[in-house]
Amino acid sequence: MNWSDALIQLQYNLGAPQELSWLVEGITYFIGAFVIANAALVLALLLIWITRKVVSRIQDRIGPNRLGPYGLFQTVADAMKLLSKEDIKPTSADTPSYLIAPVLSVMGVLMALAVIPFGAGLIGADLNVGVLYLVALGSIGIMAALMAGWGSNNKYALLAGFRVVAQLLSYEIPMVLAMFAPVLLVGTMRMQELSQAQSLYLGPINLGLGWFIFLLPGAFLIYFIAALAESEQTPFDLLEAESELIAGFHIEYSGMKFAMFFLAQFLNSFFLGAIAVALFLGGWQGPFAGQVPLLGPIYFLAKTFFIYVVIQWIKGTFPRVRIDQMMQFAWKVLVPLVLALILAQMIIMKLPLPGWINSLLVLVANIAVVLAVLNIMGNYFKREQVRSKRAFAPKSLIGTMQPVNSSAGD
Amino acid sequence: MVPLTWYLILAAFMFSSGLFAALGRRNAIAVLMGIELMLNAANINLIAFWRYGVTPTQNLDGQIFALFVIAVAAAEVAVGLALIISVYRNRRTVNLDDLDILKG
Amino acid sequence: MPELPFPLPPLPTAPQVVFIMIAVLAVIGSLTVVLARNLFHSALGLVAAFFGAAGVYIVAEAEFIGVSQVLVYVGAISTLITFAIMLTRGMMFGATSPRNRQSGTAAIITALTFVVLVALMRGIPWPQAGEPITDGQAIIAGLGFAFVNQYVIPFLLLAMLLLVALAGAIMLARDRK
Repeated sequence: MNWSDALIQLQYNLGAPQELSWLVEGITYFIGAFVIANAALVLALLLIWITRKVVSRIQDRIGPNRLGPYGLFQTVADAMKLLSKEDIKPTSADTPSYLIAPVLSVMGVLMALAVIPFGAGLIGADLNVGVLYLVALGSIGIMAALMAGWGSNNKYALLAGFRVVAQLLSYEIPMVLAMFAPVLLVGTMRMQELSQAQSLYLGPINLGLGWFIFLLPGAFLIYFIAALAESEQTPFDLLEAESELIAGFHIEYSGMKFAMFFLAQFLNSFFLGAIAVALFLGGWQGPFAGQVPLLGPIYFLAKTFFIYVVIQWIKGTFPRVRIDQMMQFAWKVLVPLVLALILAQMIIMKLPLPGWINSLLVLVANIAVVLAVLNIMGNYFKREQVRSKRAFAPKSLIGTMQPVNSSAGD
Repeated sequence: MVPLTWYLILAAFMFSSGLFAALGRRNAIAVLMGIELMLNAANINLIAFWRYGVTPTQNLDGQIFALFVIAVAAAEVAVGLALIISVYRNRRTVNLDDLDILKG
Repeated sequence: MPELPFPLPPLPTAPQVVFIMIAVLAVIGSLTVVLARNLFHSALGLVAAFFGAAGVYIVAEAEFIGVSQVLVYVGAISTLITFAIMLTRGMMFGATSPRNRQSGTAAIITALTFVVLVALMRGIPWPQAGEPITDGQAIIAGLGFAFVNQYVIPFLLLAMLLLVALAGAIMLARDRK
C-alpha cells in the first residue's frame, strides 16, 4: 500500500485539475510532512515524561503522578505553562539571529525524520545518500547554537555556544566514521537497504536477527558514546551545567523559544537512538517481521524506546565530565580507534578470503576496539578515583585534633 | 526540467556578488566570504554543465571537480582564517585598508 | 513589461518552482553577504547562500554533492568563519563603513561582469533538458570508483593538501606566549 499515491488519487477525485500536478504532489508531500512532524512534537511530550519517570525512579522518587494516569499529562501542563509565559527579548539582542535560532534547532532535528525507516515500506524519502544526509543535519544544530549564543548578546550564552559547538564538532567525527562501518559492509547509504541487509534467513523464514551490532560491536559502542555527546546527554551535558554556565546558550530565552530548544534536545536524543536502531540494531527487523508487516514499526519503536530508556538510565547514573576530559576522550581515544577500525574493516573486506572468515576478522577487530575503549575508560576511572580520594583526604588536623583544655577560659 | 540558463544566471549573480565582496568590502573576513561565494558559483556551473552534458551517469568529471573545489575551499578557509587571526593578534585590526605596512 | 533575459514558461513544473524558491534564498543570502553592515549577518547570509547552492545541486540530481556541500560548507566553513568573526570582534562594532575606498569602482566592475555574463549566456542555445537519471546509486558508486582510479593522484594530493593546511592553520593561529 502506498499512502502518497492514494492521497494524490484522492485529490484528483476531488476535482483537482491534471495540469496542476506539481501542486497536487506538493500538497501530498506537505500533508505527509505535517503529520510526521506533529507526531514527533507529541512524541516529545511522552519522551519528557519517560525521562522524568526513569530519572526519578533511579533517584528513589516517584516522579510526576498527579495529572492523568501515571502523571502522563504533567508534561502537557508544563508545555501550557511555557506557552503562556511572557516572551522576553533582550533589548540588545541581535534580532534576526535571536529569532531564527530556536526554529533552526528544531528544524535540524525534525528533518532527520525524513529518512528514518519505521517499517518495511514506511519511510519518508529513501534518499540514496541517507546516512550522509543525517550527518549533514548535525551542522544545522551547530549553526543554531552559534546563532543563539551570539544573538542573545550575553557573554555566558556566547561561551556556552562556543563550548557546544566545540563538543558537537569533535564528536561528529567519530560518530560519522562509526556510522560508515555498516555502510561499508552493505555498500549503500540508503537507510531502507541498510535495514533490509540486517535480516537472517533460517531456510525460507526471516528471523530478522542479523543485526550489525553482533558483527560491529566496536562501531556501535563508539557511535553510542558519540551520540550521547551529540545529543548533549549526561555525561556530556555541559550544555546544562547550571553551576558553571547558568543554563547554556539558551539562557536568554524564555517561554516558547526556550521550549523549542528543550524539545530539540529531547527529540535529538530519541532520533539518534532511532538511527542507532536503524544502522546497528536491525531497524524494523525482528522475528516474523517479514511475514507480518505490522510488526516492523512495533519492533522499531520498541527498540528505539529501549535505547532512549538506556540513555536516561545513563543520565541518572553518571556524573558530568569536565570539558577538557571530554575533548581528550574524543580526539585521543575515539577518533584514532574509529579510524583504525574503519581502516581494518576496509582491508579485511578486500582480502581474498571466504566470506565468513572476513566477517570473523571484522568481528575480532571490533571486539579489540571495544576492549580498548573499556580498558581506557576503566584506567581513567581508577586514576580519577585515586586522585579524588587524595583530593578529599583530610589534610589538616581539624578532624583529628584533641579538645583544648578549657582551663584558660576563665 | 529547469532550463540550464537559470542555473547559469544564478551562478553569475552569486559570482558577481562574491566579486563585489572581494573587491569592495573593508573587512578581511568579508573578502574571504566573497571568495567562498565565487567558488560556490563556479560549483553551481560545474554541476549544471555535468547535468546537461552528454551521458551524465558516465561522465562524472563535473561532480568530481566540484568535490575537489569543496575540499580545496575548506583548506583555503582554514589557512585564510588562521592568517587573519594572526594578523589581528599583531595589528589589532582586520581592516584591509589599514594593512599597508609593506607600502614603501 | 520589460523583456526577461529568459523565456518564462506558462505554467512552471514542480522542479522549476523549487528551483525558483531556492534561487530566491541564494540571492537574498548573497546580497546579505555583500551589503550587511554587521559582519555576523553577512555570515548568516553566507549560510543561506550555501544552503541555496546545496538545494541547486539537489535539484540538478547531484545529491551527493548537495549533502557534502551542507556538511562541509555549513558545518565546517561557516562555523570557522563565525568563530573568526567572534575572535576578531573588535572590528564589528566599529563605526566605519563596511566598504572600502575602491568600492565604487568595484560596484561598476561587478555590474559589468554580471551584465556581460548574462548577455553572453543569452546568445548561446543551451540545452533545455538533460538526459534523465534513473539510478542515482550508480553515480555515487561511480564517484568512488573514479576517485581511486582515474583521479587517484589528485585525490592523494588533496588529502596531503588538507593535512598540510590543517597543520599550517594550527601553527599560524596558535597563541605564542
